[in-house]
Amino acid sequence: MSLAEHPSLAACPACAVAPTAERSAQEMAAPSLQLSLPGIHCAACISGVEQTLAAVPGVRDVRVNLTQKRVQVAAAPQIGAEQLVGVLARAGYEARELDASAVLATGADKASRELLSRLGVAGFAMMNVMLLSVAVWSGATEATRDLFHWISAAIALPTVAFSAQPFFKSAWGALGGWRLNMDVPISLAILLAAGMSLYETAYGGEHAYFDAALSLTFFLLAGRYLDQRTRLAARSAAAELSALEVPRALRASGESAAVADLKIGDEIRLLPGARCPIDGIVTTGASEIDRSLITGESLPEAIAEGQAISAGETNLTGPLVVRATSAGTDTSLRRMADLVSVAENARSRHVSLADRAARIYAPVVHLLALFAFAGWMIATGDVRLSLNIAVAVLIITCPCALGLAVPAVSTAASGRLFRRGLLVKNATALERLAEVDHVVFDKTGTLTEGRPVLSGHDADTVQTRVAAALAQGSSHPLAEALRTGLDVGAAAVSDIREVPGHGIEGRWKGQPVRLGRADWVGAARGGGTSTWLRIGDDEPVAFRFRDAPRKGAARAIAALKQAGCTVEMLSGDTEEAVASLADLVGIDTWSAGLRPEDKVARLRELAGRGRRVLMVGDGLNDTAALAEAHASISPASALDASRTVSDIVLLGSDLGGIGEAVTTARSATRRILENFGIAALYNIVAVPLALAGFATPLAAALAMSGSSIMVTLNAMRLR
Amino acid sequence: MDVLVFLIPVSLGLGLLGLLAFVWSLKTRQYDDPDGDSHRVLRSDFDDRPKL
Repeated sequence: MSLAEHPSLAACPACAVAPTAERSAQEMAAPSLQLSLPGIHCAACISGVEQTLAAVPGVRDVRVNLTQKRVQVAAAPQIGAEQLVGVLARAGYEARELDASAVLATGADKASRELLSRLGVAGFAMMNVMLLSVAVWSGATEATRDLFHWISAAIALPTVAFSAQPFFKSAWGALGGWRLNMDVPISLAILLAAGMSLYETAYGGEHAYFDAALSLTFFLLAGRYLDQRTRLAARSAAAELSALEVPRALRASGESAAVADLKIGDEIRLLPGARCPIDGIVTTGASEIDRSLITGESLPEAIAEGQAISAGETNLTGPLVVRATSAGTDTSLRRMADLVSVAENARSRHVSLADRAARIYAPVVHLLALFAFAGWMIATGDVRLSLNIAVAVLIITCPCALGLAVPAVSTAASGRLFRRGLLVKNATALERLAEVDHVVFDKTGTLTEGRPVLSGHDADTVQTRVAAALAQGSSHPLAEALRTGLDVGAAAVSDIREVPGHGIEGRWKGQPVRLGRADWVGAARGGGTSTWLRIGDDEPVAFRFRDAPRKGAARAIAALKQAGCTVEMLSGDTEEAVASLADLVGIDTWSAGLRPEDKVARLRELAGRGRRVLMVGDGLNDTAALAEAHASISPASALDASRTVSDIVLLGSDLGGIGEAVTTARSATRRILENFGIAALYNIVAVPLALAGFATPLAAALAMSGSSIMVTLNAMRLR
Repeated sequence: MDVLVFLIPVSLGLGLLGLLAFVWSLKTRQYDDPDGDSHRVLRSDFDDRPKL
């Protein structure tokens, strides 16, 4: 983004005030792209992103959604997401592509709007009926009271029929399967309250519970809506961060084919920068491959004819032709995914606090109401009185506070973590995260950036200038690191040529110059990640690299230790690389050179000793471990499969939020338990009153609203 | 108490009006981005409704 583009920026607000006819034509333009913007947080960010994108030729319309931290773009078909991500990166905004086809499917969005409209209708009806009820409570009698009851009925019955449908449907489904869920007592209470009140109204009775039926519906819908919102935001953002797996491959003959159609023995061409879709053997060409996603090894490895390559590895330097030895569902990538689905099933057995509460709660409520009815029948023999008291018991015990207790807290907690760049994907993730006492980190790509950074060598010497020139001839990660790391002018090197698998060579002032692997340049192989430069017959010079730790890594580890967790690092990389990083970020326990199975075995061993493990990782070699752990976190840059099995996705590149995730999860669980306590306390006071027949509609309304507000306020303390 | 003949329909009408206003605000997608909207009012450039 250059300064010269600013006039067009200034023109942008002007086009927003263009005549309505033009605007409505623009409004027709459907958004075609969506980007995730983990870093935005204020009005200046909104303006900055919108103006930056609007200035790109071909972009018709831009709208930032700060709540979801996304931007929707309507653009000409030739505009790609990568281009816009690049423009935003230059303007200083971190962005990531979202799979538009999945995000724009509005089914889930419609469901939450539908819930909101039910909630609104219930709210307005509740206010009106409450208004009429206050008149009754303050002493309206005879004909006036009956009239008010009839008007209340006219408002309440259609509202209940419309607004309470989600509860009826869910309760009906549960009963159909011979189960009891939370919605059965809820539906029963709403229906009985409405039906009983109608009967009382018809016979000129004193008590009608229309307001109770409506406020029950309203408060419980509020809980349901919060729940839906949180899940929706998490699911849509996490599942659709664009996939890294390659859906198409290039056959050796040059035609493009779907990966699913490839068979054993087929030959495909793998260009530099492409990820391999199959397991196979290299038949032609030599190159270097990046195995970090599979093994965690941060150094590229040389590969030549006859050597094996597996799915998920990235080709770096030269074009390769690969013959498939296994394809489709049998690649190592898929086998890993199968391993994951087994572990996933094991974890879904975790029962959330809300479900545990509901399991105890539903039978107790029904038994209590039945007991009240039977007791009063025996004592008085009056069916109408006994039924009235049984309904009062059901209404009083109805889980308003219980229905709000969990969603209000998890909404507040996920909202707080979302603002820190952590996306909570799984409903029970916070509860499991709160129990964690041991944290396992992966190294490459998780604790580190996963790409090399030049260390030292910032001086402007002959060597650095020649190296900078040669580095321009390759897209190898080390060459890229040299280009960004060397802040010097490039020397005039001619005949630059990349030798796949070895390095780059050229001519400078008549002498041959080479940049690349130690054995190719003619130097002794040293430790660590390095590349060598030789000018003519001079002594070769080494450029050393390190894998820089991610921002916030040390802070996250310190915070986790503070929270009483033990921290460990498991990596597939070499011992030397792991040890130096462990020292840098403050990890005392680590193991190097592990295979994916070793990581899983280590996690099982920890689980066997009763430890609750949080796994933080990104690569394919971590996927099984992520699924095996008690709770898991992966960065947004992780492989699709890893993000899918993780409970929490880090949207930004900063790791610092992990420590806070654990403490927030712990206080969230504490709040949920407190809320259960509040709900229980209120029942202990109110239920005996209802059983004794002292409950009036006024008492029910006060108790219900009181406990719901208490629970919500308690949850708000988390924000 | 005759005044109730007017007051009850008036109060119900007002309630209904509020409900209609709510349905309108829902239909025009005003609950999609509450955080963004609260920041947008502070901006100087003209931006009174969602473009998309």
